[in-house]
Amino acid sequence: MQVAETLLNIEGLKTHFFTEAGVVKAVDGISFNLKKGESLGLVGESGSGKTVTALSVLRIVPKPGKITDGKIEFNDEDLLQKTEEEMQRMRGSEIAIIFQDPSSSLNPVYTVETQLRDVVMAHQTVSKTEARKKAIEILEVVGIPDAGTRMREYPHQFSGGMKQRVAVARALACEPTLLFADEPTTNLDVTIQAQVLNLLNDLKKKFGMSLVMITHDMGIIAEMTTRIVVLYAGRVCEIAETHDLFERPRHPYTEALLAAVPRLDMRKTLRIIPGNIPNLIQPPSGCRFHPRCQYAKQICKEDIPILEEIESGHFVACHEWQNITLKGERSR
Amino acid sequence: MAKYHVERGKKSLTSNNLIEVKNLVKYFPVYSRGVLLKKEVGLVHAVDNVSFNIKRKETFGLVGESGCGKTTVARLILNLIKPTSGEVFFEEENIFEKFQSANKDEKLKLRRKMQLIFQNPYGSLDPRMTVFDIISEPFVIHKHVPKNQWKNRVYELLKLVGLEEYHAERYPHEFSGGQRQRICMARALAVEPEFLIADEPVSSLDVSIRAQILNLLGELQERIGLAYLYISHDLSSVRQISHKVAVMYLGEIVELADTDELFKKPLHPYTVALIQAVPIPDPKARAMKIVLPGEVPSPINPPSGCRFHPRCPKAQKICSEKEPVFEELKSGHFAACYFPHMD
Repeated sequence: MQVAETLLNIEGLKTHFFTEAGVVKAVDGISFNLKKGESLGLVGESGSGKTVTALSVLRIVPKPGKITDGKIEFNDEDLLQKTEEEMQRMRGSEIAIIFQDPSSSLNPVYTVETQLRDVVMAHQTVSKTEARKKAIEILEVVGIPDAGTRMREYPHQFSGGMKQRVAVARALACEPTLLFADEPTTNLDVTIQAQVLNLLNDLKKKFGMSLVMITHDMGIIAEMTTRIVVLYAGRVCEIAETHDLFERPRHPYTEALLAAVPRLDMRKTLRIIPGNIPNLIQPPSGCRFHPRCQYAKQICKEDIPILEEIESGHFVACHEWQNITLKGERSR
Repeated sequence: MAKYHVERGKKSLTSNNLIEVKNLVKYFPVYSRGVLLKKEVGLVHAVDNVSFNIKRKETFGLVGESGCGKTTVARLILNLIKPTSGEVFFEEENIFEKFQSANKDEKLKLRRKMQLIFQNPYGSLDPRMTVFDIISEPFVIHKHVPKNQWKNRVYELLKLVGLEEYHAERYPHEFSGGQRQRICMARALAVEPEFLIADEPVSSLDVSIRAQILNLLGELQERIGLAYLYISHDLSSVRQISHKVAVMYLGEIVELADTDELFKKPLHPYTVALIQAVPIPDPKARAMKIVLPGEVPSPINPPSGCRFHPRCPKAQKICSEKEPVFEELKSGHFAACYFPHMD
């Protein structure tokens, strides 16, 4: 088997927010990697650090947030060592991101044409006419009919699904090698969601991009990704290939998450994860999931579990993984 | 227009329907931007000829995409807006007539029986009131609990929805989304309603918290025999909680059946597409799907004939010409389609 090249390697990333109420440890020692051409899922609930991880890679963490520790290697270059100018050149042309809400990520006072043209002209030395041509092309690729006319319109003249297509077009205008999709369909209706997910899959094949899909929706993850990183309260719980994770989860949080999601193709008893998502200013000691974990032992309160590879490609951060048998999606 | 009107013998006392909705229509006028005079330029067909029944202790799911009229139906049933035409019966009483003719006490009595919880528990709780004030406010309005028992009742209600007594002295901002939704439920239950409308109650919550609220809704139904109208765009949660489901598209109900029947053997092409569009949390279940082209058209000038025909993979000429009749195609399974998916 050919080993695919690593495109992105994150090691011990810590991004903290220095607020007046205290230091919010939004991302607290996250490590994972991404291979070329891969679709990786970042799963977790709100406050798990999914989005902050993506923002850290692009180095656009908003104030008062700061990357305090760790390494982010992209194509063997350390992104944290780069100057702001160098980063600016990479954003859009190498690494791009689409956000959850296209209405707030597109600028309402510029036409779609201007916004797309600006992206192209920022990264390539082309004339205005050429940039415009490129913009039409990419709009056609993302499935906007009559692109030449519609691009002269403003974002508010597009529907939600169409706006998200424009956002996708803007992200892909310079054919980046890595795309972060941060909950790209959460605001869309299901039939439109299916269209956008299909589009992302097609474009991934077409441009040979790597995709990091950030979502809390286990359905989208199952459908779109080949490998999954499960995050909880700023730390990695488990990393595994998608089918492996769904069939044989090894972390109690992953098991609980799977058991808590209703399925359309069958009715099942929903298992409750007791309690709430922890406060990240004073996160629980030891394993951050221990107050909600039914398998928690004394050691879980005291020691931080390390992420270990228990099988080839399957990583788990749990003290008790050898002593517990967890149920996957099919064995319930 | 008259497509679905099943006569059930009006006011027959044997009927165990708690709610009967008959040919409900709501159009919202759209005005032009005139300087002095407003001119009506069109009508938004928000709800068009919707009929269904909800039995006691039953959960009736109403699904559809945004803008299909789900929430307008809820507001009509609660008489928060006036219908263009149609009737709603609650315990065989026409609520629109009642709200027009009855005196204040009787209106309040009717209001007590029907309650609503909203999607956003951040927006539906007053940030300046303590949880105790929020939950006891219905006692002030309805005066059904003597003042010396307020405290006990509030504690009971908090326990019922899975909160603790000490939570009563806190303010909404001290709670997480799931807990706030529990507070909303406690407030709704404070008047001892028989019928609760839950409008996307879990959409703004995290996945691990959604299961808590869905299970709580189920438990409450068993314990106090509530009937629910559960409104959501999330088919998985509708399937989880409902006994019967109606699918809405552009203001109309296109299909109605028992939950399992509807999800296993959908008849209407829209329902089929909607079900297939939902990603299933199981990588082995990845399947071929029909992805619907286009978007939901404007409800101001809905398409002629069957409103779904411009996006329907099965559409023929007749679909654009004549509106299909909403009829019982199989026992207990209604749909409005010329070319339903029959085995």
